[in-house]
Amino acid sequence: MSDTVIRVDNLSKRYVLGKHGHADGLRHVIHDFATAPIRWLKSRNLQPVLTNGIKLPPINQPDTQEFWALKNVSFEVKQGEVMGIIGRNGAGKSTLLKVLSRITEQTEGRVEINGRVASLLEVGTGFHPELTGRENIFLNGAILGMSRMEIKKKFDEIVAFAEVEKFLDTPVKRYSSGMYVRLAFAVAAHLEPEILIVDEVLAVGDAQFQKKCLGKMHDVARGGRTVLFVSHNMAMMKTFCEAIIWLNQGKMFERGLPQDVINRYLQSGTCESQTVMNLKDHPRNQGEGVKLRITQIEWLTGLPLFHSESVKARIEFEAYTDVDEATMGIGFSTLDGVRLLTYETDDPGERINVKRGGRYNTTLEIESLPVPPGYYNLDIGSRSGPMQGVDYLPGCLQIEIAPGKKTQGHQAKGGAGVRLPSHWNWENVTL
Amino acid sequence: MATTNKLILEPGLTAKNYWRDLYHYRELFMILAWRDVVVRYKQTTAGAAWALIQPLMSIVIMTLIFGKLAGLPSENGTAYIIIVTTAMLPWLFFSNALTLASQSVVNNANLISKIYFPRMIVPASSIIVSLVDFLVACSILAGLMLWYQLWPTWRLLALPALVVLAIAAALGPGLILTALTVRFRDFRMIIPFIVQFGMYVCPVPYSSSYLHHKLITKCGEALGGKLFLLYSMNPMVGVIDGFRWAIYGGSETFYWPEFFLSIVLTAGLLFIGTVYFRKTERAFADII
Repeated sequence: MSDTVIRVDNLSKRYVLGKHGHADGLRHVIHDFATAPIRWLKSRNLQPVLTNGIKLPPINQPDTQEFWALKNVSFEVKQGEVMGIIGRNGAGKSTLLKVLSRITEQTEGRVEINGRVASLLEVGTGFHPELTGRENIFLNGAILGMSRMEIKKKFDEIVAFAEVEKFLDTPVKRYSSGMYVRLAFAVAAHLEPEILIVDEVLAVGDAQFQKKCLGKMHDVARGGRTVLFVSHNMAMMKTFCEAIIWLNQGKMFERGLPQDVINRYLQSGTCESQTVMNLKDHPRNQGEGVKLRITQIEWLTGLPLFHSESVKARIEFEAYTDVDEATMGIGFSTLDGVRLLTYETDDPGERINVKRGGRYNTTLEIESLPVPPGYYNLDIGSRSGPMQGVDYLPGCLQIEIAPGKKTQGHQAKGGAGVRLPSHWNWENVTL
Repeated sequence: MATTNKLILEPGLTAKNYWRDLYHYRELFMILAWRDVVVRYKQTTAGAAWALIQPLMSIVIMTLIFGKLAGLPSENGTAYIIIVTTAMLPWLFFSNALTLASQSVVNNANLISKIYFPRMIVPASSIIVSLVDFLVACSILAGLMLWYQLWPTWRLLALPALVVLAIAAALGPGLILTALTVRFRDFRMIIPFIVQFGMYVCPVPYSSSYLHHKLITKCGEALGGKLFLLYSMNPMVGVIDGFRWAIYGGSETFYWPEFFLSIVLTAGLLFIGTVYFRKTERAFADII
């Protein structure tokens, strides 16, 4: 009992999705206020008279919609436990972290927390571009809940970790994005709360720095601290966490050991099984999918894909302006987002000039898929000419690659990247 | 496990430890105030001199237009420019504080949606910014007093208390407007009007006694008195009258009932502002 540090009891959070969004204008409030007496009269007098006492549904249907981001979530976290939270986008992971870190208030339920909480929902919260690196360390530290003394004590360590010694007195707006992120993470990494709440913040910086961050997180996790952790990086979740909570549509779906829960999660509906996938309404970054938009991918050879077997897929797209020398490509990435393999029309030198308003498709044929069995993120993208991207959907789908007929035992394990045919010559050089 | 840090979250319960929390987050308050002060004049060539130039221009223009052209009278034999300055400085503090505070939470949306702290820190820290500007601008007054050989009396000791009153007067409406701006961005458009209009219902280019005199002669003793009482409900009237009294003695009659009315209203607005802000701040992260 005494070693429970977080106890969450029937936690629910409701959002009201208004017709006008959250920041509804003053006009609507004035309108509501002005029409309130009429509505009141209607509801009190007219309705019973009209319906002879039979209760009809209200005349004024509210133009709002409820949405439960969390519904009856209960769990406990023990002292020193590293707990991972997984789930698809919109499953309520971030909302849960926001309630636990007191940014927003739950609608129902109760949370009990024993200990000093620091939450890291974003790297570099509150960084001010006009302030220098030195000033931002103090600002960001204070925002994350460190005292001035604490920051002073760790200042040199933070600077060394971020590798920004030379630029300490330069405004951070002059920093490269890499330096900025390194400094931001360095401050966060030196937090020493009793309970740490982290949301998907490790996907920052270059590969080398990511490694350093992971190392630091390992130290934190091993240091007996209680950590609550959200990530889409399943490999990392498996190595870090001692327990996993799986949220699905705001509800607690499963809780258990990382290996078990993550495997079931990956095998559940998260991987696509429909051979035709609509990509038209998939969210894009700004500027992507404007001139040319990838609308669909169809797996002509079915799903799942099989290792060492042929794959045929058709990508459909629409052009909204004329695009010269359009190319199309797909990539396979690990679930941590590391690209393993790319197929592109540009490789055999295939480009197409598309006309405004046209609809096109291109069919990809792979003779033998070299990606080992496992679960992968699929990236789909299009460029115009060699450099200019026009549409890009990184990690838009998760697909499964199953062992094929030709897959050998040692290849089925995965984790060795892409295997391509090669020739070896043995020589015995024993004298 | 130590029970000292026990935290219970229940709907509607956040208010319980509010003041203790506010104290606990004092370091964040100070550092945010420091940030706002440092950032205010970054990348301007004149730098902090702007804190002098802006009020100086306003004072000079107002003295020329109302003193020289319109010929509004001075009082107590004091130079007209002193009359304007003693009112312009607290007024500029008030209007700056109101403008900055009302924008502050929206401008710090990224903080609000990612980190917990008592939200009141944000508008409060922007009031500190206006306070620093005000203190810098006070050197204009000091310069003018030297020039006109106006030596301070014991009454100058009341000045700190009057500054506190001015802070309270700005904080109350500031909190209300901040909370309203988070929900209704319309207030971003409304506040400049409030500030612009407000200067004319404050005794800035004229003295309270001048207005009192005018009201009595125009509307008669009874109605004029009532109108003057209504006028005095503006919290800044009390602050400005107080400033004038502290610097050069003000008018021969100090309007004590009106001054107390001003204080009562300031306290009332501060109370309403705090309650309203606290009631709405829990939803800030959801609606911002």
